[in-house]
Amino acid sequence: MLMGYSLGDIGSIMAMQGFAGLSLFSVFLLMALGLAIIFGQMGVINMAHGEFMILGAYVTYMTSQVFTTYLPSLFAIYFFVAVVLAFCVAGALGMLVEWALIRHLYRRPLDTLLATWGLSLILQQVYRSVFGAREVGVDQPEWMMGAASMTDTIQIPINGLIVMALTAVISVFVFLLIYWMGWGKRVRAVMSNRAMAGAVGIDTEFVDRVTFGIGCGIAGVAGSAFTMIGSTSPTAGQLYIVDTFLVVVFGGAQSLLGTIASAFTISQARSTMEFFLSGSMAQVIVLLTVVGILMLRPQGLFVLKVRR
Amino acid sequence: MSSETDFLLGVEGLTVSFDGFKAVDDLSFYLDRNEIRVIIGPNGAGKTTVLDLICGRTKATGGSIRFKGRELTRMKEHEIVRAGVGRKFQTPSIYEDLTVFENLEISFPRGRSVFGALAFRRDADVKDRVEQIARDIFLADRLNDLAEYLSHGQKQWLEIGMLLIQDPALMMLDEPVAGMSVSERKKTAELLHRVIQDRSVLVIEHDMDFVGDIAHKITVLHQGRVISEGSMAHVKADPKVVEVYLGH
Amino acid sequence: MTFLNRKDIAAIAILAVLLLAVLPLCLDPFRLNLVGKYLTYGFVALGLVLCWGDAGILSLGQGIFFGLGGYCMAMYLKLEASSPEATKIQSTPGIPDFMDWNQITSLPLFWRPFHSLAFTIVAVPLVPVLLALIIGLAMFKRRVGGTYFAIITQAVAAILTILIIGQQGYTGGVNGITDLRTLNGWDIRPDHAKIVLYFINGGLLIVCVLLAQFVRRSKLGRILVAMRDKEDRVRFSGYDVANFKIFVFCLAAGLAAIGGAMFTLQVGFMSPSFVGIVPSIEMVIFCAVGGRTSIFGAIYGALTVNWARTTFSEGLPQLWLFAMGSLFILVVVVFPDGLAGIYRRYLDPLVDRMLPPVRRRIPVAAVAETPQVSPTFAE
Repeated sequence: MLMGYSLGDIGSIMAMQGFAGLSLFSVFLLMALGLAIIFGQMGVINMAHGEFMILGAYVTYMTSQVFTTYLPSLFAIYFFVAVVLAFCVAGALGMLVEWALIRHLYRRPLDTLLATWGLSLILQQVYRSVFGAREVGVDQPEWMMGAASMTDTIQIPINGLIVMALTAVISVFVFLLIYWMGWGKRVRAVMSNRAMAGAVGIDTEFVDRVTFGIGCGIAGVAGSAFTMIGSTSPTAGQLYIVDTFLVVVFGGAQSLLGTIASAFTISQARSTMEFFLSGSMAQVIVLLTVVGILMLRPQGLFVLKVRR
Repeated sequence: MSSETDFLLGVEGLTVSFDGFKAVDDLSFYLDRNEIRVIIGPNGAGKTTVLDLICGRTKATGGSIRFKGRELTRMKEHEIVRAGVGRKFQTPSIYEDLTVFENLEISFPRGRSVFGALAFRRDADVKDRVEQIARDIFLADRLNDLAEYLSHGQKQWLEIGMLLIQDPALMMLDEPVAGMSVSERKKTAELLHRVIQDRSVLVIEHDMDFVGDIAHKITVLHQGRVISEGSMAHVKADPKVVEVYLGH
Repeated sequence: MTFLNRKDIAAIAILAVLLLAVLPLCLDPFRLNLVGKYLTYGFVALGLVLCWGDAGILSLGQGIFFGLGGYCMAMYLKLEASSPEATKIQSTPGIPDFMDWNQITSLPLFWRPFHSLAFTIVAVPLVPVLLALIIGLAMFKRRVGGTYFAIITQAVAAILTILIIGQQGYTGGVNGITDLRTLNGWDIRPDHAKIVLYFINGGLLIVCVLLAQFVRRSKLGRILVAMRDKEDRVRFSGYDVANFKIFVFCLAAGLAAIGGAMFTLQVGFMSPSFVGIVPSIEMVIFCAVGGRTSIFGAIYGALTVNWARTTFSEGLPQLWLFAMGSLFILVVVVFPDGLAGIYRRYLDPLVDRMLPPVRRRIPVAAVAETPQVSPTFAE
């Protein structure tokens, strides 16, 4: 399948596909970071995570519409406003969901899976009723549409660079939150012994709600990023949920570094192979490999040895 | 010393570490046939870990555990059980959704393969044995109740009964009287005296009256190592033991 | 049959009368065929009761096994429908039409054995069970369970769907395998054939209910429940826990596969839309609605939810996802034991009062051997 390409061509292809992979990587990573917080730290399986992402995408879409209509002069910067809004809206919905649904289910992880799946169905239908079943695309300001030329054969789209930068900022934020500010420690304390954590002065309900909200908010940001690489439809989120779970599990659910490494590996492998194979076969091979590796090493790539 | 007729269980140089922390460090001791041995030691001394290592729940980093001449460190949990090692957990570990009868029946050593379990019939043998054990553990009138409805002490007895029905050559009990009332504790001691015929027992216990009542020999653990071993009087007089318990 | 008590016999009799007499008498052939279709999900729900309800292993991949069973049957039917005479206008006669459209010129090797009905009947349960065995061996021997297992099975469902859709020359792609006509020369399309198939389906379901009940009432069934509760205790009672999990997972896969094959026969086609993540998780909800620990509940759950879906999609299709979503949430949060839980709570005591008292009542789990055991132990 490599026939007909010179070595230089292949290098360029790898580089450009690699960059296309980086956009996918950004979306994967943002999704996975949110899920790593919710699943890895809280132990909740949020099957509606994809729908939170799509909520962010629709918020971005609406923001672009509002700017086009009312503030055309500021259209150039609407994306940054949209990101903040996406985070807030998805985060607020997340907190609401935690209050209404998740908090009743902390002792039954498998049941959170079913309940949040139900939630995802409802959200999909809401999107369909509000925005229609058709895909919507987002207009991008002129300056984001361009490409930076690295060499004659390698061109890198600017919106991709912006999404990457955004991903980097969010990743740093999550790292600071979990490790530096000790939030992760508090969350794990609550999860391992609710009564005791409450007794030592942790506001357990606050920790639950905010953590879930932040996870969902990050999914919303992923939605903003998603509008740069794909078009938004009510069911688009569902396509990402399994991949995202695999990214998180593959990386070792409790390790953020692992999440980043596995998001990178999976998205790169997929986008590089997509150039040579059909998209579906690339996806099958990557998924199969991941499942295969997980069967050999069920605890994920990065994990500490602890006493059971 | 290591002739295989001397002892039932021989632990030699047993070591396990979790991320560099040595929970059990070069531990050796020998258990004779029909001996009741009690392991004591302060919290975090590695007592439960020793039981975990013997029954295969935790894999050793080094050392050997020989039981009736067989090396346990290389066997799987269910193989170790079938070889004759029974283990009771610290918190009563019974099946709350099943009746007392069914709890005991599952532990009856027959039909342990998948298809064996499918073909298993509740014949007179099984019923007699379950009834007999139930009388031993003071639960003869509770056979058809769900285990969920037993008191804490009764749950502990049920789990001991589940070991008895396996008729293990070595029975390991992790704090069998923890959380029991005084009268329950007396009954448990009586039960243990009765059930130790023809088997060895390894007990972890904090209650020193109870220990004095049942132990043939005591092993004191501290930070994963044996610091003293012998009779109750010997151990109590050992300055190292006194230091560990009172020194800080 | 020592594994059935009086209530079981009554429940099976009611189910049998309902499926094999009441419904056929009350419904027109079209509706009856729909009920037959719903009942194929009853097979899946039956397996899930054993696997998820009893043993606590949540598989989000039952669609895989349902689909594989269905595809095996569809491959046989498709080959029969693609005789050289029937396909002589194709550029390669004698192969399925979609292969011809995809420029495939000879029958792929893995299709060939499906010329034989006998092979197909063996393959329907066997292929899915083998896959379940591989997944089970890989996962349970390494003690992967709970949420991880659920996610992995879901990933496998995703892989299989993508593969089927992507390889359309070999699988019929997103449309699936359609235009199926005869089973060993017998036309499956007319109404009277559909009625016959309905009865075969209903009969098979009753047989599978008996099988499931036999397993649940054996010691193995009690070990499954024990495992759900205290896996370590079972292990330290001398059982190789992984083997029991593998067994029940394979059994559930085999049951789902029978359902899939009956689905293909009654509906007349098979497509990837019955294989993937969404149908798989819906199958779990059928079981949950009926009651994850009751085989009868699960079957009635499959019937009710599917009937509701048809009713909604005929009248208010846009409301269906809302209804389905709310159902998921409601069942999980408010009625974890589903319809069967409601029955046990409110109706079962009434039934007890109506039944002539034979012996003192003993708890459900011990009911199995009531006639032999209770005289000695109950008092």
